[in-house]
Amino acid sequence: MTEEIIIAGFGGQGVLSMGKILAYSGVMQNKEVSWMPSYGPEMRGGTANVTVIVSDERISSPILNAFDTAIILNQQSMDKFEKSVKPGGLLIYDPNGITTHPSRKDINIYSIEAADEAGKLGLSKVFNMIVLGGFLKLKPLVAPENIHKGLEKSLPARHHKMIPDNENAIEIGKGLLKPLNVLN
Amino acid sequence: MGELRLMKGNEAVAEAAVRAGCDGYFGYPITPQSEIMEYLMAVKPYETTGMVVLQAESETASINMLYGGAGTGKMVMTSSSSPGISLMQEGISYMAGAELPALIVNVVRGGPGLGTIQPSQADYFQAVKGGGHGDYKMIVLAPASVQEMADFAKLGFDLAFKYRTPVMILSDGAIGQMMEKVELFDPIPRRTDAELIAQCPWAATGKPKEREHVIITSLDLDPAGQERVNLKLQAKYRQIEKDEVRYELIGCDDAEYLFIAFGLSARICQKSMDLARAKSIKVGLLRPITLYPFPEKQVAEIAKKVKGILVVEMNAGQMIEDVRLSAGCSVKIEHYGRFGGIIPAPDEVVRALEKQIIGG
Repeated sequence: MTEEIIIAGFGGQGVLSMGKILAYSGVMQNKEVSWMPSYGPEMRGGTANVTVIVSDERISSPILNAFDTAIILNQQSMDKFEKSVKPGGLLIYDPNGITTHPSRKDINIYSIEAADEAGKLGLSKVFNMIVLGGFLKLKPLVAPENIHKGLEKSLPARHHKMIPDNENAIEIGKGLLKPLNVLN
Repeated sequence: MGELRLMKGNEAVAEAAVRAGCDGYFGYPITPQSEIMEYLMAVKPYETTGMVVLQAESETASINMLYGGAGTGKMVMTSSSSPGISLMQEGISYMAGAELPALIVNVVRGGPGLGTIQPSQADYFQAVKGGGHGDYKMIVLAPASVQEMADFAKLGFDLAFKYRTPVMILSDGAIGQMMEKVELFDPIPRRTDAELIAQCPWAATGKPKEREHVIITSLDLDPAGQERVNLKLQAKYRQIEKDEVRYELIGCDDAEYLFIAFGLSARICQKSMDLARAKSIKVGLLRPITLYPFPEKQVAEIAKKVKGILVVEMNAGQMIEDVRLSAGCSVKIEHYGRFGGIIPAPDEVVRALEKQIIGG
């Protein structure tokens, strides 16, 4: 099993930390993982993206041109990464702020209204965990107990009181997916 | 099994240095390697192992602090990125001349000049051919993973002391900034003064009555004396070339074509191999792990067996010169490179192989 994922959105949406929690959960499940951020000027206010690879085998390139899954959280990232999903792959996106919706017919497409839900919960910080929940519903790469460990390892101790909120958000996310294009 | 962590390459090399028993780190911040000193300042080894962590006033100061620390037999390291490493070249040459062990980590960014903060491999020549003056060599290790950033800190110190020579880890901004699973080796206690004096009789550790002065210098104004120094250094380099070549072969048994790449480029080429083999192109990979000493014999041997070689580097063509010198046959050898901080994608490397080697 090898899952190659791009997570892309605005800086501040928790893109990098979502990837880190997924990667650390993978380590806890004894998987090979790679977390490769875009950094530098892109991180300073503009778009942010991270490539996460979770695998049972030694990981070859941390840099990829095609992905099994794209998790897309803004329009610039949609423009850039919709075309990079492998045929038969998966695209999950939050429609909030998206003007040009994905149109490919050869990939699975789901929307998840995570920003909306995080607003309703009054917990804007768990937005990324709602999205992660949606992803894990479709691709259960890591067991819940290892996500718990991944959260413990990824979050600084002063934020450990937020772990239940994060886990709750993951569960909520699992129920929020809307299938838009599903291949047989 | 050692402790498992998800770490950045920069964090891994820092943690491994502490665990290897490093006595002192001296450095000056520069992107994309500032996490090395940040990590050391956060874990505070000066409160646990007693290791010194010092932000110097400049890179020039850092490398000269290294010279001083190494002269007393201490296990010392510095790190920087390309422009900062350029500033250190005088000191590296002096350390090679004075036969001082030290670990220098270069997390390479795109150049020339201030260039960019994005990853690059454009410091190959500087590292391998001697960026400083004089006839010297430095062992150069090229990690291709976060795990190797940790492992090579230990290996780097071992080789530095085995041969009394500066050792460089030539990494890049991507290996430094990316996170991967790392298995950390168990901590090794720092050497006591008694152990250091016993293991490093050449070090300036205070003069007891029963022995002569130890003099740490790279200066000998007598040409005959300076030639002897050079002959000794060259003999040491021949020994290193004989015993310390490290490399990895992947998918070479049935290979008709070959990638040669180091560090991050070698990781990208592994994915390119998968893509090419899915198209029935039988391509293998030779990854030099030591850039000096370069795996000359291995390149010569495999060059006879393949139809063409693509050297993939994040520079304008540097290691390819060593590949061509080593190959010793008429096999086609071409270069594919991206520079200035651009990282080649696996599919473009396959297209380059098809265009430059198979179709060309």
